[in-house]
Amino acid sequence: MDFLISLPVILPLFSAILCVFLRDYVKAQKTINFVTASLLLVISFTIGHFVYHDDIIVLNSGNWSAPFGIVLVADLFASSMLMVSNLVYFAVVFYTLNNIDKEREKLYFYPLLNTLMMGVNGAFLTGDIFNLYVWFEVMLISSFVLITIGGEKSQLEGAIKYVTLNLISSFFFLTGVGFLYGLTGTLNMADLSVQISNSEPSVLIDTVSLLFLAAFGIKSAVFPLFFWLPASYHTPPVVVSAIFAGLLTKVGVYSLIRVFTLIFTQNTSFTSDILVVIAGFTMITGVLGAAAQNDIRRILSFHIVSQIGYMIMGLGLNTALALTGSIFYILHHIIVKTNLFLVGGLVDKVKGSFALPKLGGVYKAYPFFGVLFLISALSLAGIPPLSGFWAKFTIAKAGVDISAYFIVGVALLTGILTLFSMMKIWNEAFWKEQPADCVQVIKVTKKDLVLSVLPVVLLASVTVLIGVFAGSVFEYAEKVTAGLTDSTNYINAVLRRISE
Amino acid sequence: MNSIILKTAVKYLFPVLVLFSLFLLIRGHYEPGGGFVGGLVAASSVILYLITEGVEKTKRLMKFEPVYYVAGGLAISLLSGLVPVILGMPLLTGTWSNIEAPVLGKLGTPLVFDIGVYFLVLGVSTKIVISLAEED
Amino acid sequence: MILLLSILAGILVSAGIFLILRRSLVKIILGFALLTHAANLIIFTSGKITPGKAAFIKKGSESLSEPFADPVPQALILTAIVISFGITAFALVLFKKAYKATGSDDIDDYNTTDSIKHNI
Repeated sequence: MDFLISLPVILPLFSAILCVFLRDYVKAQKTINFVTASLLLVISFTIGHFVYHDDIIVLNSGNWSAPFGIVLVADLFASSMLMVSNLVYFAVVFYTLNNIDKEREKLYFYPLLNTLMMGVNGAFLTGDIFNLYVWFEVMLISSFVLITIGGEKSQLEGAIKYVTLNLISSFFFLTGVGFLYGLTGTLNMADLSVQISNSEPSVLIDTVSLLFLAAFGIKSAVFPLFFWLPASYHTPPVVVSAIFAGLLTKVGVYSLIRVFTLIFTQNTSFTSDILVVIAGFTMITGVLGAAAQNDIRRILSFHIVSQIGYMIMGLGLNTALALTGSIFYILHHIIVKTNLFLVGGLVDKVKGSFALPKLGGVYKAYPFFGVLFLISALSLAGIPPLSGFWAKFTIAKAGVDISAYFIVGVALLTGILTLFSMMKIWNEAFWKEQPADCVQVIKVTKKDLVLSVLPVVLLASVTVLIGVFAGSVFEYAEKVTAGLTDSTNYINAVLRRISE
Repeated sequence: MNSIILKTAVKYLFPVLVLFSLFLLIRGHYEPGGGFVGGLVAASSVILYLITEGVEKTKRLMKFEPVYYVAGGLAISLLSGLVPVILGMPLLTGTWSNIEAPVLGKLGTPLVFDIGVYFLVLGVSTKIVISLAEED
Repeated sequence: MILLLSILAGILVSAGIFLILRRSLVKIILGFALLTHAANLIIFTSGKITPGKAAFIKKGSESLSEPFADPVPQALILTAIVISFGITAFALVLFKKAYKATGSDDIDDYNTTDSIKHNI
């Protein structure tokens, strides 16, 4: 049973190894990759099912019990992230089937996708802070290579910023881990939680918590550390952008929430003020940055930043309802954001460009694309009854409950500006006539089109379903939050204590 | 590089270094040493060879591309981690047999894991150096 | 000893940050190298130093006898070194490729993708 939770890590590794050996057989790699993605989807939902109905699953790797060995832990939060991430990964792999060029396929594209997913899953599942660092690095190195393969000039330029800033964040992370080990003598997150809550509050602990805030802040692209994201996310092929947009920053947010609800809970008034201020700036700068852009992918990249603000806001407000909103927001955001990038890819496929001034008339030619875009875009902006509305509503309600009116105002303003950006894409790409000098004749076969649209339809329908069944998803998110705010269950499960 | 002294030295150093790397690998079973150091020493012997004989000859010496060494090493390590799972223990548990082999001592999965690490490190280091050398 | 190592780590961090803030690509890589060394030194120092005692079990005994060095920071540093080794190698190749593509070593020439008019 506990072996099950190591599968999301082992399976992509196994598949990556196979794909390296089959380097010259692209078709075989494709098949392996697709099978792995489907298996991951099934496994993550099985894990989610068990965790929801039974209890937290803990795996002591190497048979070393916590806090000495490295543990993998699947609690509700981890398993919910696993499910959504692997769902998105499945859709992206589906989309990859005929949307990646031959050249990149030969440059280890599929092994890298697998190792990326191994890193993401590992980061969600691990119960050890240093191991989290290692998974971050696995994920980062894969993403470094994914963002650069192809070697176009713009890609290299974007990659330099991406690599540089992420390496600085790794430095902060590593230093933080070092201090934490010096302070407590342990690396196991559950044990750290116990040790720190039993120790005297000290300035050193606050400093270390800020080191972690900076490290995860860079990875999750919050103000003022987000500049690497809009500089690089629009340069690689759209499948790569889509999976990055959906997963990478959210792993940072996941780690922030994990660390600030489990380990640094002593002096929350100190950190939550900082978090709320950061959240406000992140939302507003992200959305204003997007308003100025003219490229679909760049607009969407800036929107990732502004949306991260909402999640951080939920964490910063520091009430159960706000945290529930945050979690709801992450689950909804991963799906919607990936889907918007994929729709952007579809537009590029039929019109040959991402630049808004060169685009137009997509709705006339492919009305169905318009519907798919609107579902995701309106959900992102928070129009009822789509998923984004409930997420935003929960966070805003939580803010009003504790009279944090200013930040709620910022959040609502951001929502309106998001709608403005989305309507800009709609007007320019879908509604207006395409400028005559920009019309290209692009032949797209029917089979190609159907295969590319199917994953987008899948994600769009999940968005709608989350909106329709918002009640059950909200209850689920509440349960996840209950596991985070009261971490005794987590600690007892990891340290194998018998709960009273 | 065309230096008679280095060339002659590498001719004799190469087998010694490879043997030394194997020694380190096996010694790591009970004492300081192990797959990682062993792999690095083996890689340094290959790199020395590359400096004197050039990229083409080194590729022939390696037989397979370095990437295959990486993947192969990973596969060996992964399999050694999966053995205990088949025996009903958690992933990556050190599983020992009762066979006392000469030189090696008790056989077990940690040794297999180390062999995987050895090939992985060898592959990664040589891959880096070869691709840097090919650029010029 | 701890004081000395801490000061050294501080010097490494400041030198690393100074180098990263320069505009040259090569200096950025050197800056990283210094930063990772600093991080490793910090882990090493904060893990309490026990000089002259290895973290190995002596022949014939069953467990470690006091005093012994803490093996965990060493394991952490080893892992961190390996990771930074890989990343530095990757960064070197990336920066070299970028230098070839743009023909410039100056970071200020790397802002075309940030422009609003990029690709339009």
